[in-house]
Amino acid sequence: MHVYDVIIIGAGVSGCAIARELSRKKAKILVVEREEDVCCGTSKANSAIVHAGYDAKHGTLMAKLNVEGSRMMPQLAKDLDIHFQVNGSLVVMMNEDDRPSLNDLYENGLANGVEGLRIIERDELRAMEPNISDDAVAALYAPTGAIICPFGLTFALAENAAKNGVQFQFDSEVTDVAPIAGGWKVSTVKGDLETKVVVNAAGLYSDKIHNMVTDDKMTIIPRRGDYFLLDKATAGFVKNTIFQLPGKLGKGVLVAPTVHGNTIVGPTAIDIEDKDNTATTQAGLDDVRAKCGTAVKNLNLRQTITSFAGLRAHEARHEFFIGEVKPGFVDCAAIESPGLSSSPAIGVMVAGIVDGILHLEDDPTFDGTRKGILDPKTLSMEERSELIRKNPAYGNVICRCETVTEGEMIDAIHRVPGARSLDGIKRRTRGGMGRCQGGFCSPRVMEILSRELGVPMDQITKSGGESKLIVGTNKDTL
Amino acid sequence: MKTVNLTCIGCPLGCPLTVEMDGAEVKSVTGNTCKNGDKYARKEMTNPTRIVTSTVRVSGGHLPVVCVKTATDVPKGKMFECVKALRDIEVSAPVSIGQVIVPDIAGTGVPVIATKNIRSV
Amino acid sequence: MKEYDLVIIGGGPAGLAAAVAARDAGIQDILILERDNELGGILNQCIHNGFGLHTFKEELTGPEYASRFIQQVKERNIEYKLGTMVLDLAQDKTVTAMNREDGLFQLHPKAVILAMGCRERPRGALNIPGSRPAGIYTAGTAQRLVNMEGYLPGRKVVILGSGDIGLIMARRMTLEGAKVQVVAELLPYSGGLKRNIVQCLDDFGIPLKLSHTVVDIRGRKRVEGVTIAQVENGKPVPGTEEYYECDTLLLSCGLIPENELSRAAGVQLNPVTNGPAVNESLETSIPGVFAAGNVLHVHDLVDYVSEEAGAAGRHAAAYIRGGEAVTRKTLPITCKDGVRYTVPLSVRPECLDPEGTMTLRFRVGAVYTGKQIAIYAGDKLLYSRKRKIMAPGEMETVELKSKLILDCPEAEELCVKLEDA
Repeated sequence: MHVYDVIIIGAGVSGCAIARELSRKKAKILVVEREEDVCCGTSKANSAIVHAGYDAKHGTLMAKLNVEGSRMMPQLAKDLDIHFQVNGSLVVMMNEDDRPSLNDLYENGLANGVEGLRIIERDELRAMEPNISDDAVAALYAPTGAIICPFGLTFALAENAAKNGVQFQFDSEVTDVAPIAGGWKVSTVKGDLETKVVVNAAGLYSDKIHNMVTDDKMTIIPRRGDYFLLDKATAGFVKNTIFQLPGKLGKGVLVAPTVHGNTIVGPTAIDIEDKDNTATTQAGLDDVRAKCGTAVKNLNLRQTITSFAGLRAHEARHEFFIGEVKPGFVDCAAIESPGLSSSPAIGVMVAGIVDGILHLEDDPTFDGTRKGILDPKTLSMEERSELIRKNPAYGNVICRCETVTEGEMIDAIHRVPGARSLDGIKRRTRGGMGRCQGGFCSPRVMEILSRELGVPMDQITKSGGESKLIVGTNKDTL
Repeated sequence: MKTVNLTCIGCPLGCPLTVEMDGAEVKSVTGNTCKNGDKYARKEMTNPTRIVTSTVRVSGGHLPVVCVKTATDVPKGKMFECVKALRDIEVSAPVSIGQVIVPDIAGTGVPVIATKNIRSV
Repeated sequence: MKEYDLVIIGGGPAGLAAAVAARDAGIQDILILERDNELGGILNQCIHNGFGLHTFKEELTGPEYASRFIQQVKERNIEYKLGTMVLDLAQDKTVTAMNREDGLFQLHPKAVILAMGCRERPRGALNIPGSRPAGIYTAGTAQRLVNMEGYLPGRKVVILGSGDIGLIMARRMTLEGAKVQVVAELLPYSGGLKRNIVQCLDDFGIPLKLSHTVVDIRGRKRVEGVTIAQVENGKPVPGTEEYYECDTLLLSCGLIPENELSRAAGVQLNPVTNGPAVNESLETSIPGVFAAGNVLHVHDLVDYVSEEAGAAGRHAAAYIRGGEAVTRKTLPITCKDGVRYTVPLSVRPECLDPEGTMTLRFRVGAVYTGKQIAIYAGDKLLYSRKRKIMAPGEMETVELKSKLILDCPEAEELCVKLEDA
């Protein structure tokens, strides 16, 4: 049986950030994940926003890590080649009566140490955002607000961790965590593992893992957010991320550009019971529809290319729960929004706690940089032709909507950790993420996966497990 | 006497046809607005036929299957039998359009032919 | 890279027919750019019969129909490049394309014909609530898997949308061993051909539920079931929900012309069809750029695609030989009273063949019985024809004598509408 120094449970953005931070040290580290890939839970379906940090209540861990994470993100994006853009954010006030709330938010942001915050009035607001509602009165402007590709961030962290020696094990749901001499036994559906330290970064299931080791029980409530994603034809509709100030008209939904030129609208906040139920509902989508036109005007939801829902790992105290709860068992639990924004700081903090336990040596071979999947669209015509001459797969367009080539898909499959499913390809390359939503390219992506992974077509899945795309061959039951 | 309801497929009008049957014999057709409806109903009630299209496995081709059809229409009741009879057939590439895949499918006397060219690879 | 007089974007039925017609009209240097690995476009997966009654006077399957045109292209030695994706069309008609062999390359043709076809409306654009597991396919994706690769995407199937591809796939999947439980159609009528309803559904006892839609999809990894409900005034009626256990949901909910290239080039589009606004010569707002087939407007029969594309090929040939036509007058063609759109959207009387006709194609917005198609120039009735029935699923075609238009020199516009017969 392998003995690890650290087992991190959960390959979401927190788990991968922790893994990457810990990979600076000489240690045997394993990330175990229930799903078939990294970024399959809360990290995959959210607003794709890096919050500036004015919202989280001053004095909380959430506020501290949000601001720190947001400050770290530009450099991290550079080091790890992640699609990231500081676009600014605006919290729009729709009613003069709400002025005190706007001022409170401003003060809270100042106290948290958010840079560049200011309140702007109607005319300036309109000049900044032509599609802002005619009824908008004023807004809190946070120039450090940013947008990011959440898949890109998580894959980059995971790949960089793997490059520095971290191992990943997928399809390995943890069934028990129990103390043993000098550490913990982590039981998974794929067998038992032993480790000195366990990090619980299990997202929606962080309560379940936590409750395996302590009587001080925790309950994570899945809080669902429904979203619409609009066609790239809407690029430029808004420049900043537009929030609505919670007030007389309720909390509202955000309208934001994505780093890839789409527009995202949402989320709802609906507490549910089933942690696996990311189904949207008519009521949820109707709610977004009803609210999205408050802070902005002329939003065309007919441009929707997909709607989806994600679950936040909400806990009643609305606070991150990070710390060593039993000797050698470290919680990184209840990471709800702004968890994505905070992830770089969460990684540093949790790695620090683990280092405090194990007193790890620095690894001098650590390389904190990573190159993303080459996007030929960023090359000049000559460079691109040269690339195709060297590797003709880059001349073969598979996803027509997003112009993703076979070359990029092959790269995605052979990365570590690499794509093994249609969704794995989609989240790494955007192939199948465009307006036809994989209608044309799915069969061809399946062929590429089948060929590159050496598995038969009928074993190719959408997202691992039982999500098989083909159930048989013609006439096989006749 | 038995009555059967059909929808005429002659044109978008889709006339609802009522056919009175005396055993296997058509006594009357009503509901049609033109003579095509009458003709269609009589054919459907006495000798309904269809062209069957399906696929057959190919070895060594640029695609794993080749599409095929019955060269002429076959009795409607034999559609499934025709497809079943194709289940275990495999042909080798190249295949050319019109190539006979099965000379007499399911005892209908009708051949099944390829409807696409498949290159060898 | 060799330069061409005419570049045709798309090697499906429209592109093939356009190329043949342009060559027959004397254009030598023609290049077809096809993104797939063979010519024929979507016809390659339409293995059912019923194609070509108008063009060849016999019933062919899709691949057979395509092969006739591919044969004509090959006989004429018309050049084509497969596996070639056009990345950009510029306003000056520079075409930027890419493939494995040539890399990234640019062409500067005198004329371009847009023949990119259309795509299916995916689940995301339909806003169906529920989960997002494997097992949700557009009918066309399933059609490709079953008909070209021999794979069954599911065994227990529910189909949303009664467009022809959905109906055809109901029969195909049934014959290959799947159980198709129901076809739900949001509208109170089917957009599919009567013949397909009878021969693809009735023949196999598959129920068609009109005014019904899918209101929920269940299943975490693979579809486990869908809920269907009756619809009134566009809203599901509470209490009418029915749950169907199934592993597959096929969507046949409309086709969208693929005009991303056209839009980026600055080609003006008709918001009703999502296709280019063209004149009588099927020329778009960019002179020398023509459009035909499903990229222009979604057709019901491929025969009409070939016919339209042939005309586009001839007009492109005329443009290449004679350059841009200088005309004094352009009449807009408007539509109302049940007519949803027309192709073309304008006519330059001077460009009409005085002895010939102008082909006008359109669709109606609902099912109409006992109406007549009427075309007016101002107050003057140019043309009328009674139609027993008109339905949104069927394209209407009028061959309007050029002389009728030329005899109205004062006319400012043409209007196509439906009137009581």
